[in-house]
Amino acid sequence: MSGALLRTTGLTAAYGDAQALFGIDFELRAGETVAIIGANGAGKSTFLKALTGLVKVPVAMVSFDGVPIGGAAPGAIVRQGLAMVPEGRRLFPSLTVEENLLMGANARRPGPWTLERLFGLFPILKDKRANPGMALSGGQQQMVAIGRALMSNPRVLLCDELSLGLAPIVVAEIYRVLHTLTAEGMSVVIVEQDVSTACRVSQRVYCFQEGRVSLQGASHELTREQISLAYFGV
Amino acid sequence: MSEIQVERVTRLSRAAAVVGVLLVGVAITLPAWGESSTMRDFVELACYFVFAMMWNLLAGYGGMVSIGQQAFFGLGGYGMLVLADHAGVNPFVAIVLAALATAALAWPLSRLAFRLQGGYFAIGTWVIAEVLRLSVANVSVVGGGSGTSLTALAGLGKGVRESVTYWMALGCVVATLVGVYLFLRSKQGLALMAIRDNETASESQGIAVGRMKLAVYIVAAGGAALAGGLYFVSTLRISPDAAFSVNWTAFAIFMVVIGGIGRIEGPIVGTLVFFFLNKAFSGYGTWYLMGLGLLAIVVTLFFKQGLWGWIQQRHGWVLFPTQRRLRL
Amino acid sequence: MIAWLDVLIQGVLLGGLYGLFALGLSLMFGVMRLTNVAHGDIVVLAAFAAIAGVSALGGTAGSLWPLLGVSLLLLPLAFGAGYLLQRQVLNGTLGRDPLPSMVVTFGLSIVVQNALLQAFSADPRALDVGELAIHSLPLPGGLALGTLPLITFVISLAATAGLQALFGRTALGRSFRAVSDDREVAELMGLDARKVYALATALAFVLVALAGVLQAMRTTVSPGDGPLLLLFAFEAVIIGGMGSFWGTLVGALLLGVTQQIGFQFDPGWGIWFGHLVFLAVLVVRPQGLFPKTRG
Repeated sequence: MSGALLRTTGLTAAYGDAQALFGIDFELRAGETVAIIGANGAGKSTFLKALTGLVKVPVAMVSFDGVPIGGAAPGAIVRQGLAMVPEGRRLFPSLTVEENLLMGANARRPGPWTLERLFGLFPILKDKRANPGMALSGGQQQMVAIGRALMSNPRVLLCDELSLGLAPIVVAEIYRVLHTLTAEGMSVVIVEQDVSTACRVSQRVYCFQEGRVSLQGASHELTREQISLAYFGV
Repeated sequence: MSEIQVERVTRLSRAAAVVGVLLVGVAITLPAWGESSTMRDFVELACYFVFAMMWNLLAGYGGMVSIGQQAFFGLGGYGMLVLADHAGVNPFVAIVLAALATAALAWPLSRLAFRLQGGYFAIGTWVIAEVLRLSVANVSVVGGGSGTSLTALAGLGKGVRESVTYWMALGCVVATLVGVYLFLRSKQGLALMAIRDNETASESQGIAVGRMKLAVYIVAAGGAALAGGLYFVSTLRISPDAAFSVNWTAFAIFMVVIGGIGRIEGPIVGTLVFFFLNKAFSGYGTWYLMGLGLLAIVVTLFFKQGLWGWIQQRHGWVLFPTQRRLRL
Repeated sequence: MIAWLDVLIQGVLLGGLYGLFALGLSLMFGVMRLTNVAHGDIVVLAAFAAIAGVSALGGTAGSLWPLLGVSLLLLPLAFGAGYLLQRQVLNGTLGRDPLPSMVVTFGLSIVVQNALLQAFSADPRALDVGELAIHSLPLPGGLALGTLPLITFVISLAATAGLQALFGRTALGRSFRAVSDDREVAELMGLDARKVYALATALAFVLVALAGVLQAMRTTVSPGDGPLLLLFAFEAVIIGGMGSFWGTLVGALLLGVTQQIGFQFDPGWGIWFGHLVFLAVLVVRPQGLFPKTRG
């Protein structure tokens, strides 16, 4: 009960007439890294959208540090300290790298992250700061997307499919950076297709299947068999 | 597992079909007992209706919103005039020929128009219509800017002329209704609705999106031209400003939006509403037009589905069923 | 030779005014993919508002002070009107389907035209600018630069530069670009898209008001002039290439020159010639002359 930084209680959500989530109970404690795995269409991205206000849900179903934030405006949620790195990066094509990062500071909270500090974390972006965001490689775009989220000085980072479309060596680098952040106390939720990466970098795992939580537990305790069953729901 | 049936027809639509056939039967006899003004009204209504149906086909089903359909209306009118007065063709035959010729002309014109998308496509079609208007206004053979009269029907008695025009109008209405309905029920029609809903997905399913859109554009052009030729056979006088006026499209938009875009019943309802509004209030000039404009705005903002769409949502009535339902 | 130079100069100066017409249209389309069919009618509305304002203030014929006062008042009014229109009416029409915004602005166009007809009748009106209408700066070779067209051209240049700078170098400009790129992610960044859209329209209306006043100073205006001005604005945007304000201005200049050339052959041909050149550009280079490549 106590200590949960981010919590959902019986979270339901729908896209128009189509029900996508059927009562998700979820918890993230301060300093934790929690992974969400599941097949495509299981509701993982919808869940993140419900957390960030892009999909409207009843107000009591999501709480952040004890404050109910369900259905609030995305900007207000960011100002509370919850920032998202969207699936597919989704940088702004008309903006340069630097401008993309500055956009993240639009709803910033007080905190240590500045452009200079970000360039310290991602040195390569400093050289490319004036380039259009989309002219970068996939891995570099992912860095910009993470940086953009960091610029608001969040307490919780939501990362949707960080490894999507990236080569393994690049993925490793991205997760190395993430590890630096969590070592400094950042709480993180990652949605991840790659189950072994998900279990490796997180302390706890939730498995989604058709809009419900089919399995949850400590990452190092769950067996492959358990995960397989929960993932495919056979 | 029991057999799954696909059904389309509803009881209401069957009843409507019977009523429709009866109405047409009665309508055919109108010249024998009806007044001249009634027949002329009907012809005007028919022109509005056909033009609106074509605009609806283009926008509601083809997903192409155009503010330039009057280009084809005018081409139909002038094409008919040229064939009738200068080539000695029977004016009523000329209507159809002009419509076909316009449809053919729509193909190269589409190469221009399709360079643009969305809102800019709409205005681009308007520019094309304007170019035609200005060009025709410079052609003295057809009367230049002040227009000219249709002389080919001079020998015909008024009664005969009005009756034949009326029957032709009736034929056009029935042909348009039946033609559009059959088309939308067909495989091509299904493809069209798929494109309307999601173009990229349709393409990935093997539907030739480009060809379908071109086909719809050409058919809509031909239909608009049919309405144009018919209109000027009825009024006997044509001018570039009347033929290529953007008001035609404005009225079509109004009729379709009020009635309900994307449904066949919609333009019927919209045309009737518009016609009666016109009869009742057009004497009020600018106030009437302002009212029309406001009505279109209000309906678009608050009754997105139009009058018929609203009725359909509340009562589920369908007169022209194109949806297929599964009966399990 | 000199005669053609004169045509070129007249065309460029005319194009300056067309550029002002086009900037607002380009802005609204760029930020929210909204095609305002009533665009030209709003220009005419602004012109009539200025005319009514000046005649209400009285003042000596040809005196420019009432005009200046009215114009300055008109700009913030236009800003507010644009903001409200977008916020309360047009925001509800945005989305994947271009039809609702088009029908609503089309309806608006009809309402504005007929309201003006009702209020002012169909007679063409103009703003009396006295001396300024004929004042010109002499050039070598017997040519002359009309002072009013020159002022208009300079204003247009300044507006284009200002808009380009706003977009490229300010936080508001960043908001415009972000919201136009990806509304959802922009909202994640804390932007209120509805407000950003409203600001864009407000700004567009200021440009439109400016254009309307200058148009009424240059020539007569009638309630039905709107659609043609819309077409000019549209043609300028397409010829110049979408996504670039400087491109729009160049497109407008080209349109102006084209029309002037057409006028030389026959008074009735200027506009027609402009239409033809637009269609030619559409055939040969549909992306326009200076399209901004998106990443």
